[in-house]
Amino acid sequence: MSGAPPVDAPRHPVPDRAPQRLSDKLLRWETVLLMLLVAVILLDTVLSPYFLDIDNLSDMTQTFSEKAIIALGMALLILAREIDLSVSAIVALGSLAMGLCAAYGAGPVELVAVAIGVGALCGAFNGMLVTRFGLPSIVVTIGTMSLFRGIAQVILGDGAITDYPEAFTNLGQNVVVRMPPLYLGFILFVGLAFVFALVLHRTIWGRMIYAIGNSPEAARYSGIPVNRIRLLLFVLTGALSGLASALLTARIGSMRPNIALGWELDIVTMVVLGGVAISGGSGTIPGVVIAVLVLGVATYGLTLVNVPGIVINIVLGLLLVAAIALPIIARRALGAMGAMRRMKP
Amino acid sequence: MSSLSAGRSREAVLAAIILALVLAIGMRAPVFLSLESLNGVLTDTAVLVMMSLAQMPVILIRGIDLSVAANLALSGMIVALLSIAAPAMPVAAILVIASLVGALLGFVNGALVAFVGIPPIVVTLGTLAIYRGLVFVVSGGEWISSDKMTKDFLDFPHASWLGLSSLVWLAAVVAVSLAVFLGRTRTGRGLYAVGGNPVAARYCGIDLSHRQLLVFTLSGAVAGLCGYLWVARFGIAYTEIALGFELNVIAACVIGGVSIGGGVGTVVGAMLGALFLGVIVNALPVINVSPFWQTAISGGVILGAIIVNARSEYGAGKLILPEARRAAAKDGS
Repeated sequence: MSGAPPVDAPRHPVPDRAPQRLSDKLLRWETVLLMLLVAVILLDTVLSPYFLDIDNLSDMTQTFSEKAIIALGMALLILAREIDLSVSAIVALGSLAMGLCAAYGAGPVELVAVAIGVGALCGAFNGMLVTRFGLPSIVVTIGTMSLFRGIAQVILGDGAITDYPEAFTNLGQNVVVRMPPLYLGFILFVGLAFVFALVLHRTIWGRMIYAIGNSPEAARYSGIPVNRIRLLLFVLTGALSGLASALLTARIGSMRPNIALGWELDIVTMVVLGGVAISGGSGTIPGVVIAVLVLGVATYGLTLVNVPGIVINIVLGLLLVAAIALPIIARRALGAMGAMRRMKP
Repeated sequence: MSSLSAGRSREAVLAAIILALVLAIGMRAPVFLSLESLNGVLTDTAVLVMMSLAQMPVILIRGIDLSVAANLALSGMIVALLSIAAPAMPVAAILVIASLVGALLGFVNGALVAFVGIPPIVVTLGTLAIYRGLVFVVSGGEWISSDKMTKDFLDFPHASWLGLSSLVWLAAVVAVSLAVFLGRTRTGRGLYAVGGNPVAARYCGIDLSHRQLLVFTLSGAVAGLCGYLWVARFGIAYTEIALGFELNVIAACVIGGVSIGGGVGTVVGAMLGALFLGVIVNALPVINVSPFWQTAISGGVILGAIIVNARSEYGAGKLILPEARRAAAKDGS
């Protein structure tokens, strides 16, 4: 009579996550990226004596912080199988709105609020089109990208706005912390990245985003308000674009209709290099943060040795394709080797 | 059959809208309706038409090619440099070389998509940056202006036969060949199958990676050809030519009813989408609207077009209960 298992015990244990071996951890995307980051830093240190200079490094953060802030929102969108190509146009529109308000004597706080508000509105417009009409977000945001930037062009013509109050431009041009010298943009990026990582990886909201990215239908049947979350993510990304717009405008102190042109592709590159699958459902915030640093450090190092910007783009393009292709090829080679070993008697 | 006829009626509507637009602009400014001016619109739009036609098969199999504008710039720069190095080269050879260079660049995209298995949007995002940067590298950042190019090289896009410019003829050739390919060959029909349902297509023995390689190479070849035409027509080659043009190309496809989800799209639709954008761009200066409106209007048009297209694609939804299905059948008969 012994040996009969209790009825309610599962016959097969169902673990929360697959067991991980050391090799799995080493082959994780974040580990690969981290090694890449170390390699780039070492290379830069060897190439240029000016690289490890604290002031230079702090100036470097100015070149990517604004894009990186938008990348955090974009990462969540892509995780949920959506994309927003209109972010750079939202930056332009936010910058224009601030310029118009500055003419009426708005102070720095009002200007930043205006930019974030305009960004959130633009994001809501994208999100409404995607969720209400069930349209593919890539097409919607190609359209709104032209629309938003077009509105900026119509209002501004070929002119420029250069009259922003000094208290506002100081936000982007002066360091907030003296030692180590830290700019507002970088502090905001680090703080936001921390919050985003927490929400995505430690809260039910984050799990919902992964669920939507893996299967929107299954997520809907599980009672997740799929469309409401999609809409929220578009609003969030729009608001972050508005924030980035405020930082950028303050930093360069002027606005032209072609401001931030082509940023959307840089931002998508950050997210994809960070290991977020373009088909949604997998990727992490730490990955995106490391990818931002890899791209930023690589760009900065090449600039130090006087490589022209457009040639740096070749390197970044190669980095993107190689970083995605090499692990796939390596995994296939490993798989083939394993199969051969198994075939031997 | 119903989806086919829906596609036809959508194209008819789009054609009617374009016609109405042309007539309305003609009312404001009769000069727009002159044969010369209309010919100019066609010539101006020919490159966009060709690029949209080439993009259409890529979108048809659920891909996207963002690198076409960078490909155009790189191929254009390479043939411009070649024509300076070898001034005796006939135009026919230049046309072939431009297409081959473009096809090679497209093949690289296709190989990365088909053999490595990277999503098309990621591949072409990378090669977009790489190709654009290579234009700077091969030219050393120089501007190649028309005074360095040979007369034959520059004259070809301005030549005309039977009243139509060579650009329009080339666009017609591309359109007819693509229509024959997609409609009358097994490989071409297979593209619709792959886009409509990749899994089913696989079970029917259609090789997906072969089709991916093919459409990206074709897209590249046309981009290369357009690279020569662009450089020769405007008499200048530099790093930033056609910057961001890939989005106009995709917009034209979307306006023409090509579904970004794959499997839906026609040659006539892609052409009409491109023509629509071309008419708007050319009409604005004629009716004294500031050219700054152009971007905003094309954005509005894209949004309008996709909303209309989505509405017509929107089915009645799935009817699960047998009673509801019977009721629907009764209503239909």
